[in-house]
Amino acid sequence: MKDKISGIAAQLLIDNIDTDQIIPTEFLKSIKKYGFGDYLFDGWRYLKDGDLDTPVEQRGIREDFILNQPPYNKAKILLAGDNFGCGSSREHAVWALRDFGIEAVLATSFGDIFYNNCFKNNVLAIKLKPEEFDKVSSFVSNDPFQLSISLANKQLEIGDQKIIFDIEDSLIQRVIHDLDDVDITLKDSEAIKAFEIKHLTSKPWL
Amino acid sequence: MNKTLYDKLWEMHAVNPDSDGETLLYIDRHFLHEVTSPQAFEGIEKKGLNPWRLDSNVATPDHNVSTQRGKMMDIDKADHSLSKIQLIELDKNCKKFGVTQYDINSEKQGIVHVIGPEQGLTLPGMTIVCGDSHTSTHGAFACLSMGIGTSEVEHVLATQCLRVRKLANMRINVIGTPKHWITPKDVILHIISKIGTAGGTGHAIEFAGEYIESLSMEGRMTICNMSIEAGAKVGMVAYDLITETYLKERIDENDPNMIEALNQWSQLHSDQGSEFDKEIVIDVTDLLPQVSWGTSPEMTIDFNDDIPKTPKTKKALEYMGLENEDNLLGVAFDKVFIGSCTNSRIEDLRATAAAIKGRQKAKNIKEVLVVPGSRAVQAQAEIEGLDKIFIEAGFSWRDPGCSMCLGMNEDKLTPYERCASTSNRNFEGRQGHLGRTHLVSPFVAGLIAIHGHLPKDLSEYHYER
Repeated sequence: MKDKISGIAAQLLIDNIDTDQIIPTEFLKSIKKYGFGDYLFDGWRYLKDGDLDTPVEQRGIREDFILNQPPYNKAKILLAGDNFGCGSSREHAVWALRDFGIEAVLATSFGDIFYNNCFKNNVLAIKLKPEEFDKVSSFVSNDPFQLSISLANKQLEIGDQKIIFDIEDSLIQRVIHDLDDVDITLKDSEAIKAFEIKHLTSKPWL
Repeated sequence: MNKTLYDKLWEMHAVNPDSDGETLLYIDRHFLHEVTSPQAFEGIEKKGLNPWRLDSNVATPDHNVSTQRGKMMDIDKADHSLSKIQLIELDKNCKKFGVTQYDINSEKQGIVHVIGPEQGLTLPGMTIVCGDSHTSTHGAFACLSMGIGTSEVEHVLATQCLRVRKLANMRINVIGTPKHWITPKDVILHIISKIGTAGGTGHAIEFAGEYIESLSMEGRMTICNMSIEAGAKVGMVAYDLITETYLKERIDENDPNMIEALNQWSQLHSDQGSEFDKEIVIDVTDLLPQVSWGTSPEMTIDFNDDIPKTPKTKKALEYMGLENEDNLLGVAFDKVFIGSCTNSRIEDLRATAAAIKGRQKAKNIKEVLVVPGSRAVQAQAEIEGLDKIFIEAGFSWRDPGCSMCLGMNEDKLTPYERCASTSNRNFEGRQGHLGRTHLVSPFVAGLIAIHGHLPKDLSEYHYER
């Protein structure tokens, strides 16, 4: 059970960061669900392009990229620009964030498919109102160590300030309890079967 | 209660609405491909499950396949070892679980969003999902279709359902009759530039209005395909006579089931007076051909317009190498790509052929790739002699696949190459590391291929859609 996320918060305040930037297509050739952390924001992180066969050490680090700089190379929380994760449905984008160590992403809005994918992998995606986001952002700019997220209370805590965020219970419960969707849905097998019989009978061409 | 098309499709498939806004939505059709499915098959195998309803699933390799493989290919000879692993894995999983696959050598193979409708697998009123964001394409058939992640692919295989929240309703009314050289691609690019790449986020978009009603199914697919570039994972068009005519070529009209189907499908439209959370009107009467200048599809302008220069556009202009250009008219291109699930259907190839009118590829253009969306499109184009027109112009006529839309096979841009592309995304690095993508229609792509740049005056061109 996870009830708190706290750690270094990094900021990448660019709007419309698409999932191709979070993880480029080249790294989608893996058939595994893990091992994508080295390729997070690959195009912005290394001097040379690469593939799954090329060791990242050979590609040169771009020192000016925030996630390459201490302490942000150990970030657990990411503050991102508006419409974060738009574009391709690749779940590899969430796997890359998770494998890098990011447990929560804060933004004013997210791409719809990316947002869903986060909660299938226990990555917490938090939508904030612009004024709340700005408040958190300016605080984190001064002190990247002080942000913590209380899951059960749906609350951001910065020093003695608290900001309540809005999220559906079913989503936050997944992160708290590391729930698996297939297990949850299969409890409704009988209802699905009953629906299916009715549905396929009324639409026999299916 | 007057219902929208989206409301109707939702209600037809809702198994049990949950109190917290989450609904189990029954899925009628599930398309799979080699890139987003291996982890999902592994997931159900680990849980000891089988696909819930086997015959709802259809798979085909498209994302990373070679477009120079010829009619018969031995997967073991695939160029890149990692791509080969995914092709072998798809083959293995389909055989293991009994999933129908149009494999690499099948005459039905192609880009998943091209073959679905073409093979009669996409039918009106269906819920359709695939681990690919351009699944919105199938909404052209009055379907509720959307892209999903790999965990959801596993979930659909295991349970035949998605756990989802209902989206808000949005309608875009497209009115007016545009000039003859304007294609559906110009219209959807224009819409995205107007509403922004997050303009449809959280919404299911229904495209309506006289312009949409006038379009062929191919044109409607191009429009719905790029809903996701406007932020909406669902795009739709109501069922009408044009839909019916397209389907009648693919179904047995005398089959009693199909008579009933045609009857039910005729209800697949938004009721008069139904309410939308967001509604906008786009007039295309004076629309000019559209070209993207930046690194997001919303960064699109009229072909002869000034490039916007503000502090916000600086990063994109630097990436695109356009800091010193006032407009796109004098900019020389290096490559042209005609293909992708947006623009690789027969009408698209005809549009490109009409633009080039027997002329040769310009000297500064290193390569023009023409990649048909499917084996069926390829065969039709060859019957019409389009392949010869392209080959005589110095273009490269290829085998079907996603190709340079995402550069997952060997079709890629090298750093700083500038490409006119009929695909859907101009993101940084999308077509190859540091490559520069300009999204255009297949007609404009043809013009750039023969001129080497955008022509200043389009009045001499007459393309009838």
